[in-house]
Amino acid sequence: MSTQGDLLHVVTSDEITPARLLLGKLLIWGSAAVLAATFALLFLAQSGAMALTFETWRPALYAYILWAACLCIAQVVRNGEQGKRTLFVLPAVLFVVAMVVFPLIFALGIAFSDWNLASPDGRQFNGLDNIRQMWGDPFYWNALKNMVYYTLAILVEYAIAFGLALILASEIRARKFFRVAFLMPLMLSPVAVSWMVGKSMMEARFGPLARLARWLGWDTPSFFGSPEIARVTIMIMDAWTFIPFMMIMILAGLQAIPREVQEAARVDGASPWRGFWEVTFPLMLPVSITAILIRIIFKLKLADIIINVTSGGPGGATDSVTSFIFREYRDRSNVGYGTLLAIVYLVLIVIAITIFMKAVDRWMNPRY
Amino acid sequence: MADTQIFHDTDRDLAHKARWFTGRLAIYGILLFWTLICLFPIYWTFTTSFKIAPDVMKGNMIPFWDYTPQWRGWKSLGLSPDTINTESTVREEFLKRFTNSTISAVASSALAVVLGSMAAYGLSRFRYKFGFMRNPDISFFFLSQLILPPVVLALPFLVLYKELALLDTRIGLILLYTLTVLPIVIWIMQDQFRAIPVELEEAALVDGLSIWGAFATIVLPIALPGMVAAFILSLVLTWNEYFFAALLTSTDAKTLPVMVASQTGSQGINWWSMAALSASAIIPLIVIGIVLERYIIKGMASGAVK
Repeated sequence: MSTQGDLLHVVTSDEITPARLLLGKLLIWGSAAVLAATFALLFLAQSGAMALTFETWRPALYAYILWAACLCIAQVVRNGEQGKRTLFVLPAVLFVVAMVVFPLIFALGIAFSDWNLASPDGRQFNGLDNIRQMWGDPFYWNALKNMVYYTLAILVEYAIAFGLALILASEIRARKFFRVAFLMPLMLSPVAVSWMVGKSMMEARFGPLARLARWLGWDTPSFFGSPEIARVTIMIMDAWTFIPFMMIMILAGLQAIPREVQEAARVDGASPWRGFWEVTFPLMLPVSITAILIRIIFKLKLADIIINVTSGGPGGATDSVTSFIFREYRDRSNVGYGTLLAIVYLVLIVIAITIFMKAVDRWMNPRY
Repeated sequence: MADTQIFHDTDRDLAHKARWFTGRLAIYGILLFWTLICLFPIYWTFTTSFKIAPDVMKGNMIPFWDYTPQWRGWKSLGLSPDTINTESTVREEFLKRFTNSTISAVASSALAVVLGSMAAYGLSRFRYKFGFMRNPDISFFFLSQLILPPVVLALPFLVLYKELALLDTRIGLILLYTLTVLPIVIWIMQDQFRAIPVELEEAALVDGLSIWGAFATIVLPIALPGMVAAFILSLVLTWNEYFFAALLTSTDAKTLPVMVASQTGSQGINWWSMAALSASAIIPLIVIGIVLERYIIKGMASGAVK
């Protein structure tokens, strides 16, 4: 696709009169002024400089919506046809800016302050204290280390998903049934799964999995007793829900490979084993990398199961960063410290994903 | 008729057949084994919701054969046949949570599909320049939201929503859910629109439609299956969402996963009622999964194949 010019090129004769231009300008700046005035008013009211008080900051929200709407209308008024095109993207941009960029800036402010929502003092700026506290917090580092383990487990999930996808792509009967059955775990809410599997099936006395384990010779099955076993159990439960996801993506990739490629390999005398490793697998690399990348992104959000099954225990062995911050807030309602931890996590994720993508890019398109 | 057989399968042919047979056996074995792994927890939950204490302790598995199903679990939810017509506070509570979940999931998915389709269409057809941001940058700006872990936004939103009086409201939850699924919708829809030839819109424009007219009457109907896929996928993600709901809602807007989670600890070995609750929380999505499986797969696959 060319990067120059519109793909859908339209020539229109817009007659934009100076009056229209002025109206557009007026709309944008007028509503911006309303927005600014609302903010100023609210700040003043909050600091007590004025007599009237506002219950909440709601007016700021309404002012933002008004400004956003005016900005959209002004696009058409000022730019005519071009403006109508901008209108496709602008609402989404304004929405995301309001919901992400603004809170992120806000988060940076919170991160460097001591803010206990339960205490009446409100927010206190405390500089780098939070960073110092984080540096000495063994549980946070432990949670980060766990995230590395959890992420590494994706390789196993990937292998299983690839195997299942290969079988589903081969000639079998009742393919649709198996596809639906294999998809099911993905549809279940992690919270329900944590009760269904974690709390009842793995219950040490009556759970069917515990019975199975006893029958297999494990006398005192306890799935959350020791740190290692608990971590593996969490990994298995998370894998159970998300293997279908990778499987479907890989299956789609497999079905997009023309059959002739495999046939050619077979005619050339390749055994199925070599046919897989030297033809199918390399062809599947791009899809695999997309699947793994998305899976990593989802894995980094892992929290629901941990919060509900082990709540981080035993001794923080199963904590993910998200569940740790969740508990940090629940137990101490310390917003400032929790936000700092989250922001550090975000920075680490961005660095790690960038390195991962660069490495993949280097590996896929070697430059000599 | 001579009893000597003229045509024999050679040993090699027989070996081939045997190998083919064992191969098939292994494949179906694996398939059935994995089906068991996938479906057993669901089966377990549904059957457990009809058990009573001795059945749970004895580990009875198969209804009617080694235990008689009872309505105990569903009765505690107020959903069994003999309680369905009577007043039940638990059922009121459950239905309220169920409605909250449904409304926030459907509304946020719909909003995300509307915003996302428009943005994806624009990005796949026109060149933009917002300041230094060009098309790939804008695309990346949207997709990069995927990387953002929910924790980063959670606490700031907690404070912001408190100030905006949006805490514990459905609107607040809907806005946040829309944000979380928007990148996925944009990703799927961009793929959809790229597959539609531009000539279609050109013809429509020649015939006198405006750009928005062509978008609404020509492009959208073609892209409808993709939109449904994006909608269903968003629905699954938002219906199951727990983290934000647990932090941002307390009484009014509490969703079903939060209710399930809050019951988990308090029930002890009272499995039947927990099982009934879990079962009713997963039924809607199981139905969606079975009926609309095609769309879910389409949605997830669209990003993979390029």
